[in-house]
Amino acid sequence: MGRIVLDNVTKSFGETQVIPPLNLTIEDGEFAVFVGPSGCGKSTLLRMIAGLEDLTSGNIAIDDKVVTEVPPSKRGLAMVFQSYALYPHMTVRKNIGFPLRMEKMSQAEIDKRVETAAKSLNLTDYLDRKPGQLSGGQRQRVAIGRAIVRDPSAFLFDEPLSNLDAALRVGMRLEISEMHERMQTTMIYVTHDQVEAMTMADKIVVLQAGVIEQVGTPLDLYNKPQNLFVAGFIGSPRMNFTEGEEARKRGAHTIGIRPEHIDVVASGGVWNGKVGVAEHLGSDTFLHVHDTGLAETITVRAPGEVTMKYGDRISLAPREDLIHRFDAQGLRIG
Amino acid sequence: MAIVAQSSRFGTYGRPVLAWAIGLLFFFPIFWMVLTSFKTDADAVKPEFLFTFTPTLENYLNMTANYDYWRFATNSVITSVFATLFSLVVGIPAAYAMAFNPSRATKDVLMWMLSTKMLPAAAVLYPMTFLTKSLGLFDTHFLVVLVLCLINLPIVVWMLFTYFKEIPKDIIEAGKMDGVNTWGEIREILIPLAWGGIASTALLAFIFCWNEAYWTVRLTTTDAATLSKLIEGNRAPEGLFFGRLSAVSTAAVGPIVVLGWFCQKQLVKGLTFGAVK
Ligand SMILES: Nc1ncnc2c1ncn2[C@@H]1O[C@H](COP(=O)(O)OP(=O)(O)OP(=O)(O)O)[C@@H](O)[C@H]1O
Ligand SMILES: [Mg+2]
Repeated sequence: MGRIVLDNVTKSFGETQVIPPLNLTIEDGEFAVFVGPSGCGKSTLLRMIAGLEDLTSGNIAIDDKVVTEVPPSKRGLAMVFQSYALYPHMTVRKNIGFPLRMEKMSQAEIDKRVETAAKSLNLTDYLDRKPGQLSGGQRQRVAIGRAIVRDPSAFLFDEPLSNLDAALRVGMRLEISEMHERMQTTMIYVTHDQVEAMTMADKIVVLQAGVIEQVGTPLDLYNKPQNLFVAGFIGSPRMNFTEGEEARKRGAHTIGIRPEHIDVVASGGVWNGKVGVAEHLGSDTFLHVHDTGLAETITVRAPGEVTMKYGDRISLAPREDLIHRFDAQGLRIG
Repeated sequence: MAIVAQSSRFGTYGRPVLAWAIGLLFFFPIFWMVLTSFKTDADAVKPEFLFTFTPTLENYLNMTANYDYWRFATNSVITSVFATLFSLVVGIPAAYAMAFNPSRATKDVLMWMLSTKMLPAAAVLYPMTFLTKSLGLFDTHFLVVLVLCLINLPIVVWMLFTYFKEIPKDIIEAGKMDGVNTWGEIREILIPLAWGGIASTALLAFIFCWNEAYWTVRLTTTDAATLSKLIEGNRAPEGLFFGRLSAVSTAAVGPIVVLGWFCQKQLVKGLTFGAVK
């Protein structure tokens, strides 16, 4: 079980408030991702749930039990740190078995569980090494192993993959997702990488300056961003925005259209301009289009290989039903 | 280029010569002391016998016969060991708290502890003497241990604090998440990780305890008197007997020099606060 409820939680460091009053419920078994720009308070929020950071006010409940005053060691949560935070003086075996030893579990049971965890993480050959003799990816597996052996009520991850190279990151991302499908345990995952957020989450919590901008499934956020910030933050390449005449025509202060929702047409499009830089990814081509009469450069995602080059004339047709409209406060209309 | 060549020539020749010169300068008084300890009191003051003399063990034999060297030595060992242990028992949790759960006052507390070392000891000599006498603690092992422990605590806490600061906070926090309580953190994580630093600190504290003379001389007479007191006692009453004094001094500093010799590496590491890796 692991249903986590944050009730009017706030956090200040001295005079500066980094989390204004915040309410959030994470259901049992859910994979929740906190995402937002650097310094928005993701780690602080996670550490408050862990108990590593005191609340300035408000309450946190795990499975309907208020844990605000409960020390981290008694909350039954496991955490995986960005820096791995392995115990350098212990072997991998000792590291993974450490939380069990602290629970005073029998040595036979500890050995059994460590072996099982090591096997599922491909660490069997490294059990007698010290963390200093492992690669970054292996260290991260040990950190995960140390978290899973004890059947916590929830897992907390603070940017666990950000120290790994791109290829490894994709692999570990899948492994963690699979782990979640298998165990069905609550997981809270902090990242600033929106691709991780989109691919892993059941529920994404978008934060900015300590404020929740929107909570929803990845597709909710993609299809119905509630405000300009979320619209701009979720999706890659970024959504195109424009104000002025084009927006007014559609009854909005600002409109936004995702690069993949603009078609390149032979002629008679809504916006006609010149191709600037073209980024070829193979599967797609990102065209940056200037001189359309709009103040902003428009990014277009054209499927497959496109032969246009710098300076070519281009005609663009946005799919009207997929245009997002925002009012003067930046809130979604409709 | 010229500067590089010059400094490297200084490095190959100048530096060793300089190092030896300084080394000898510092070593000479000790060497002289050891030499003198094998001379009769009469020979000791005659310049012509500086290096050439008939060695004698008389001073050492007298020492164990007349002054009960072993009692003083035992007292030194007991008081130094216990004072070091106690200062660690108090210092480790204190430094741990300041390194990992600092409050607004932490920096001030550290400064305040250091500032106690700035008060001249003589300023509290009379209060201390009266207090200890009226409490019946004068000339007891307990008192010496207590005083040595208190004298060393500031430096012990400072050194430990500096070592503990080098341990990543994440590791301690990982421990908390893994279900460890405060004592567990200290026992399972902090002490194993800072073992080298703790050993250096203990060694230095032990040496300071052993060498302490101001208080041990003044707050003891016989029962709890340490080797410092023995040296001191050989100085005054019957005039200056250099041979005898040198023997006593040699026997007093001997153990600590040997200890220091064997723990050189650890000591250097300790004194440079881990800067030498
Ligand atoms: N111990 C502290 N004392 C004072 N301010 C702090 C402290 N820890 C964090 N902050 C501030 O709180 C804010 C939120 O920090 P936090 O570490 O939660 O950000 P984050 O979203 O995790 O960012 P990142 O993606 O860079 O890790 C930041 O503005 C930071 O400067
Ligand atoms: Mg962070």
